[in-house]
Amino acid sequence: MKFQEVSVEEIEKIVKSLPADRRHLILFLHQVQQKFGYIPEAAVLSVSDYFSLTPAEVYGVVTFYSAFQQKAGCKHEVIICQGTACHVRGGEALKNEFWRLLKLGPGGEDPDKKVALRTVNCLGCCALAPVVVVDGQYQAKVDLNKVKMIVDQLEKN
Amino acid sequence: MNQIRFQTVQELKSYRLDLAKREKQKRRLVSLSAASCGRASGALEVAAALKESLEKNGLSDTVELRLTGCHGFCQFEPDVIIFPEKYFYPNVSPEKVSPIVEKTLIQDQIAEELSLAGENGQRILATIDDLPFYRKQVRWLLDKHLTLDPESLNSYLFHDGFKALEIILSGMATEKIIDELLSSRLRGRGGAGFLTGLKWRLARQARGDQKFLVCNGDEGDPGAYMDRGLLESNPFSVIEGMIIGGYAVEAGKGFIYIRQEYPLAIERVEEALKAARAAGLLGENILDSGFSFDLELVRGAGAFVSGEETALLASIEGRRAFPRQRPPYPVAQGLWDRPTVINNVETWANVPLIFCQGANWFSRVGTETSKGTKIFSLVGKVRYTGLVEVPLGITLKEVIEEVGGGSEPGKKIKAVQTGGPSGGCIPVSLFHLPLDYETLQQAGSIMGSGGMIVIDEDTCLVDLILYFLRFAAEESCGQCAPCRLGTKQMVRILEKIVQGEGQIEDLNLLEKIGRTMKEASLCGLGQTAANPVLSALRYFRPELESHILSKECPAKVCQNLIAYIIEKEKCQLCQLCLPNCPVEAIEENQEGYLEINQNLCTRCGVCFSVCPPEFSAIVKINRKELELPPDKRDE
Repeated sequence: MKFQEVSVEEIEKIVKSLPADRRHLILFLHQVQQKFGYIPEAAVLSVSDYFSLTPAEVYGVVTFYSAFQQKAGCKHEVIICQGTACHVRGGEALKNEFWRLLKLGPGGEDPDKKVALRTVNCLGCCALAPVVVVDGQYQAKVDLNKVKMIVDQLEKN
Repeated sequence: MNQIRFQTVQELKSYRLDLAKREKQKRRLVSLSAASCGRASGALEVAAALKESLEKNGLSDTVELRLTGCHGFCQFEPDVIIFPEKYFYPNVSPEKVSPIVEKTLIQDQIAEELSLAGENGQRILATIDDLPFYRKQVRWLLDKHLTLDPESLNSYLFHDGFKALEIILSGMATEKIIDELLSSRLRGRGGAGFLTGLKWRLARQARGDQKFLVCNGDEGDPGAYMDRGLLESNPFSVIEGMIIGGYAVEAGKGFIYIRQEYPLAIERVEEALKAARAAGLLGENILDSGFSFDLELVRGAGAFVSGEETALLASIEGRRAFPRQRPPYPVAQGLWDRPTVINNVETWANVPLIFCQGANWFSRVGTETSKGTKIFSLVGKVRYTGLVEVPLGITLKEVIEEVGGGSEPGKKIKAVQTGGPSGGCIPVSLFHLPLDYETLQQAGSIMGSGGMIVIDEDTCLVDLILYFLRFAAEESCGQCAPCRLGTKQMVRILEKIVQGEGQIEDLNLLEKIGRTMKEASLCGLGQTAANPVLSALRYFRPELESHILSKECPAKVCQNLIAYIIEKEKCQLCQLCLPNCPVEAIEENQEGYLEINQNLCTRCGVCFSVCPPEFSAIVKINRKELELPPDKRDE
């Protein structure tokens, strides 16, 4: 997971690449998040200007959709699928174990800013349940042993 | 890839018919399942190994390796099917490539040791026709996924792709198109089951300077992936369906909305749109018919409620996905207040099929009110999991027992959950019911988009409905009070119950809240969010009651009600559990046996999962059996 440093020029470049129609707002936010790992305030201000919206309206959209983060990302990202098939196959226990092994604080915050632990509603790979995505790589049929291996690997890097 | 730009219907047709002759057919086709699940299971590594092996053995001229979409038998991903014999090799890894190439491609034999074994060591199940999983299905849509290259327009054309469009554009009047669709009796595959032809007719009759089409690919139901399967494996079929729809209702533009959790589907559809545009199948004056139409992909951003049709419209317009009151329905007032037809991915994918084969052909399968086939994602505690396509009207028993192979070894199936967070659990005693829209509704569930999650005796119903209610509470958009407050209050009550603090009156309260939400919520999410609870109250009241009255969880899932113990007769003193316990609760007692100190144990389950399966010395029991009260600590 490599993200760029936030720069106003980069943000402007993304804004200007889109037609000035608010229907492209979500696409814009996706592109910003892809580049910087989160939605910085500068991006909200810039796009609200461009689309003639208030920053509050843009924040309304940013906070509504779970895809958008408002804080800078971590070095690694672990996504735990919370779909039904994953749930009935023990997905909840995996989350608790990651939480414990990564020594995360309340809200899942990693004090060392190393690993971001997120959940997702369903990745639709239900036959491989429970599924965990580690830095973009799908891991199938994860159990508590595998969680330990994943965490060990992450802590080495 | 495809360089040609088709100018007329005739040109497209002769190119398509020519394709079969021009494309030099290789002797054998090796089809590797490489959709998301396949890739997650190592399909790309297998592809590299296969390619290398084919080259090394000089087979590249006679054997074609094709990376297809989803073969549907998810359990055995990645799998390889070798045509023309249809040999099926499950769970292929790079190490298995060489024996497969050696045996099947060079010596023309089955690599028996790599095939699936039959029941009780009976003869092997060598080909997909031998597998009950495939045999029981009617795979009108899914069969193409076995041989189609999802990234190639030529491959789609080769599979009768755009033949339906040819038929439409060769002089079929728009009224006739809609009549034909109506007489097929195709109903929306997204869940509500509205007649697609009627929706098209209403949109066609609606007044507007512009009309729009939308493909709803915001498949948010956890545990369902039919749309992902279709979009990743055959993106052109959805595009063709929408072009036909655009022509019939006179829309100039359409949107394909795909949830962002499906990166491969997004990539495939984006590429397919480019290819269709380059071939002149999208854009101005398509095939010289005077009809102009284009499609745009919109990526979702992770909100379950966007699957609700009015919320979906808001999301496409770049706003928060807030549902609104209906009527006016989108067919009258949709995107930017213009008439808009919204259909689900599977509905669109069925459209070309109906026009290729005819409405009569389509409607001969199904029940009186539900025609055609339906794709389900059959997952959970069932022997064979996968994406299955069955004729409507088939019984639940046939799907679960015959296609799905029944329970996992040694387990007992308890129920099947259909319709995701909007549906309910149907108990095993009702598995004789036919699968159609009305029957499922009467049984307290819904057809939904096709999620089918089998649960067995190890799944706690209360835990499952709490899961769904937490999901609904989290995803409620918060506009209307019945849904916003109702889901929250239900979660609170259910949390009390799983912690052993429920009271028997809570069950009536749950029912009352549920009924209110059903009556008074603004949109489909709120109106159906109580279904999991209401269906559990209807069929599984004893299980709820035992959590409340005797503080026991029959499935031994609810953490506050269970304990882990070590059975000393089974324990081999391997001591694997000892260092793995995070709270040092495992101690050696005076007799030299290992024991779990219940005062320290947090029931994280690590010891249970590290205990070697051949010993299985650590077991779950209800705390009540140890005469312990419910433990209120969080973990």
